[in-house]
Amino acid sequence: MLAPEPSPDTQTALPDRFASWFAGRGWAPRSHQLALLAHAREKRDALLIAPTGAGKTLAGFLPSLIELADGRETGEGLHTIYVSPLKALAVDVARNLTAPVAEMGLPIRIEGRTGDTPAGRRKRQKQHPPDMLLTTPEQLALLIGDPGAARLFETVRRVVVDELHALAPTKRGDQLALALARIRALAPDVVTVGLSATVRAPAELRRWLVDPRRGAPLAELVEITGGAAPDITVHETDERLPWSGHGGRHAMAEIYEAIRRHKTTLLFANTRAQAELTFQELWRINEDTLPIALHHGSLDVGQRRKVEAAMAEGRLKAIVATSTLDLGIDWGDVDLVVHMSSPKGASRLLQRTGRANHRLDEPSKAIIVPANRFEVLECEAARDAALAGDQDAEAVKPGGLDVLAQHILGVACGTPFDEDDLFAEVVSTAPYAALDRKTFDDVIQFVATGGYALKSYDRFAKIRRTPDGLWRVSNPSVAQAWRMNVGTIIEASSLKVRMGRVRRTAAGAVNPAGYGGRLIGEIEEYFVETMTPGDTFMFGGEILKYEALIENEIYVSRSNSEAPKVPTYVGGRMPLTTGVAARVRAILDDPSQWTRLPTQTREWLGFQQERSVIPDREKLLVETFPRAGKYFLVTYPFEGRLAHQTLGMLMTRRLERAHARPLGFVASDHALAIWGLGDVSAMIAGDLLSLDQLFDEDMLGDDLEAWLAESSLMKRTFRNCAIIAGLIERNVIGAKRKTGRQVTMSTDLVYDVLRRHEPDHVLLRAAYQDAAGGLIDLWRVADFLKRVKQHIEHRPLDRVSPLAIPILLEVGREPVYGAAQDALLREAAETLVEEAMGPLPGTKGAGPPGFLRSL
Amino acid sequence: MILSALLRADEIEPTLSVCGVALVAHPAGALYEPSSGALVLADLHLEKGSSFARRGQMLPPYDTATTLGRLARLVDVYRPRVVIALGDSFHDRGGPARLTDADRGALTALQRGRDWIWISGNHDPEPPAGCGGETAAEMALGPLALRHEPTAGARRGEIAGHLHPVARIAVRGRGLRRRCFATDGARIVLPAFGAYAGGLNVRDAAFGGLFAPGALTAWMLGETGVYAIAGGALRPD
Repeated sequence: MLAPEPSPDTQTALPDRFASWFAGRGWAPRSHQLALLAHAREKRDALLIAPTGAGKTLAGFLPSLIELADGRETGEGLHTIYVSPLKALAVDVARNLTAPVAEMGLPIRIEGRTGDTPAGRRKRQKQHPPDMLLTTPEQLALLIGDPGAARLFETVRRVVVDELHALAPTKRGDQLALALARIRALAPDVVTVGLSATVRAPAELRRWLVDPRRGAPLAELVEITGGAAPDITVHETDERLPWSGHGGRHAMAEIYEAIRRHKTTLLFANTRAQAELTFQELWRINEDTLPIALHHGSLDVGQRRKVEAAMAEGRLKAIVATSTLDLGIDWGDVDLVVHMSSPKGASRLLQRTGRANHRLDEPSKAIIVPANRFEVLECEAARDAALAGDQDAEAVKPGGLDVLAQHILGVACGTPFDEDDLFAEVVSTAPYAALDRKTFDDVIQFVATGGYALKSYDRFAKIRRTPDGLWRVSNPSVAQAWRMNVGTIIEASSLKVRMGRVRRTAAGAVNPAGYGGRLIGEIEEYFVETMTPGDTFMFGGEILKYEALIENEIYVSRSNSEAPKVPTYVGGRMPLTTGVAARVRAILDDPSQWTRLPTQTREWLGFQQERSVIPDREKLLVETFPRAGKYFLVTYPFEGRLAHQTLGMLMTRRLERAHARPLGFVASDHALAIWGLGDVSAMIAGDLLSLDQLFDEDMLGDDLEAWLAESSLMKRTFRNCAIIAGLIERNVIGAKRKTGRQVTMSTDLVYDVLRRHEPDHVLLRAAYQDAAGGLIDLWRVADFLKRVKQHIEHRPLDRVSPLAIPILLEVGREPVYGAAQDALLREAAETLVEEAMGPLPGTKGAGPPGFLRSL
Repeated sequence: MILSALLRADEIEPTLSVCGVALVAHPAGALYEPSSGALVLADLHLEKGSSFARRGQMLPPYDTATTLGRLARLVDVYRPRVVIALGDSFHDRGGPARLTDADRGALTALQRGRDWIWISGNHDPEPPAGCGGETAAEMALGPLALRHEPTAGARRGEIAGHLHPVARIAVRGRGLRRRCFATDGARIVLPAFGAYAGGLNVRDAAFGGLFAPGALTAWMLGETGVYAIAGGALRPD
């Protein structure tokens, strides 16, 4: 349904001051800008969907500027709140608004408020609010919990949410939805505007913007369509295409040429490792020393800002980036986007492609570079999907209970609340519309005393219901602790990376030698865990040697080795989307389409046809074969890595019970391979194993529960929920390293205890909900199992099939999941014993080492 | 090869030896000395949950029950003549008063028919009121000296807690971090026994100077066994 067209009489639509300002620049107001204005005048919430470069932001602000320009004195309080997911965007928008406001001489005060805003200004903003406040969801949540919230928000007329498509499906979106509901309660006249990129289901965002109790069930939709279709090509190469891997090294010379031919190029990689590799390879062949920069989430913030500034000033020829640059300030000069390896989803491809060329009437240009033979298919599929205008479906997730807990405490910090009113307010938001009263009450109890069956904490309650029926915070220190904990982004525990040499004392202590060198970024703790001093790894475009860990910094030096010893540094790996996966299956299933694939890929598929069979669109292919003394089961569900990992975990348990003695599995975006000691082909032939049973949906019952409860994934998820919900304070978590000692709190221990005593506790429910919706892709596994029921095609083979090669090459690159930790401990102990027992080089019969002498 | 086989044979509950005294290491994180019938454990940190709750962090109030339950299973296994808790048995001074009736009852039941010694620690410098047992600043067990905090420098025969040792290793690309007994054959630092007790890596400076150079072994606690890892293989956090 399209929005009602605005009045065609654009002359009367704009006040004179605005009309002449537009005219003075040779501009005419665009129809979507006028449409939004018309909705604003009628006090209707509205969603604007537009590609980048369409003047979206000005459209969002125009109604506010006009309202503020006539008939309202400045100093009458906060009028418009603009919320963006990025601090940088808030700052940029402030700058862009200042110009028209100054040129038209409008009496409007615009201020930004982010984590970087000095305390003095923040305080002043509360006492003398600007007319427009540009901020982030976290800052808004903090204002909601301020005792002055009611006074601050009562004057608000408009809330503009930028990049709504990116915010809505996240916990930050949940937090913002709750904040909006609060603002509506305090300022009943408020109208919302959402700004979004093209999405698959606009209705979800339209619902997100409204409070259905106030009338319209959906916000009005204003959509800018049209514009030139993007020009997306899949890179073709004469070089040998690798069988597996994601480096794209073979194409580097040609990419370099493309960079040279274009004005400015943005290169996107799926992981930080890949970004690092691409950057390094480009510089290896950068004979013209073109200014090529690197940008990813682990690099030092200062470093990233410098790169962004250089880009804004047009001083760079290219940036290699990860999803860190998916959102952000528009750079006008980009004329080419290169996608290193498969973009995995059509929406992502379209949005990234849209970062090239911000003129609507010219096509944006993008090249996808497949990294391996199989990926060609995926890249073709992604291109098809993008050109067809397919958007990937975002799974609609119910709002997080941990976020709700944080919000409830925040509300109490701001103003005492009535639980019935708050419940009505919470369920008016889209994420929490299906929340039941019992769960809501559980969350309140959780906030108050932890919500345990054993009521031993009543006297320590954080919020209490007073005789007037309202909930209030027990004392000011509760609000203080809450303020320290606001936000839903949990950073992975990370360590700073510093260039510098270290000195080892005779006693074995390690100290920095002299003053530490320059700080080059941060790296996730779990990555460092797997390294030993002396190991080399790639970071910030260089191969570095890990020297030592001192306090919370790892010291590194430059290494001159050719290849890093520790190759994997996975950061932000996205699974293949359902839409692209379906198109991959369609291309496979239709040999007439193979003509557009490179010869190498075609040959390979031909071999598969000959030796086994090409996976059918309707059926699930399962191949079993022996290899190197083990027996393999390889299947091709095309459901994405996360879903395959879950499936692998569950099927391994089943195979164990069927005495197939599985040893491990590996999952890719397309396939799942399980190997073990039992001859699966023979077992199936002898009716000892049924594939229909192996893939039966009932694996999602007890097996799932049992596996999930023990998995480290669940513990990590629980930790995040515990922090967001305020069970554990952030500062406590981080305290260990600051003091260099002790012994704070491991949420794993809390998880174990809680699970044993209260498996149905609200926080465990929150963690389960997160894990099911996110990391294990449970819904996708469930749909898949339903679909393949009775549709399994089994091929027992005498050797590995061509199609299985890419997945088998992944074996050994991934950690084995669910392996009994005791087995690993035993293995470590035994390996070390063997090592210790062997004669030392150059000696004979040296005695056993110290610890064994005590035996 | 013989030593290797020996290690494997008793890997479930290996024997650690200090000053000629053999101590059985249990994967729950306790030592049992058979000749005196003493069960030794450290850093129970009872009522840590409620201690946090006082300050607004409502940790599940089941840590004391969990810790005492774990202890009860050990008591069932060894039937010790005496239980010695090496200090920090309560997380704070108010801990004993916050015990629930059920937990207090469980503690009393465990103490029935055996001696019980609370060694005082920095978290619980005073005797825990109304919790039975005797209190001592430190005590001797044959040639062994039992106290809360390890003494700086070499101390042969010292059995202590306080530091909450954990060890970290990397096997096949994944890190494992576990509580451990830290020993060089001359002294042992016990892992923390409490359900909510965190851990400090044995490579931390706080362990500096406690063990003879190059002689440290971490006996890491698995689910079913205790596994010896030589100091050289241990990673910092």
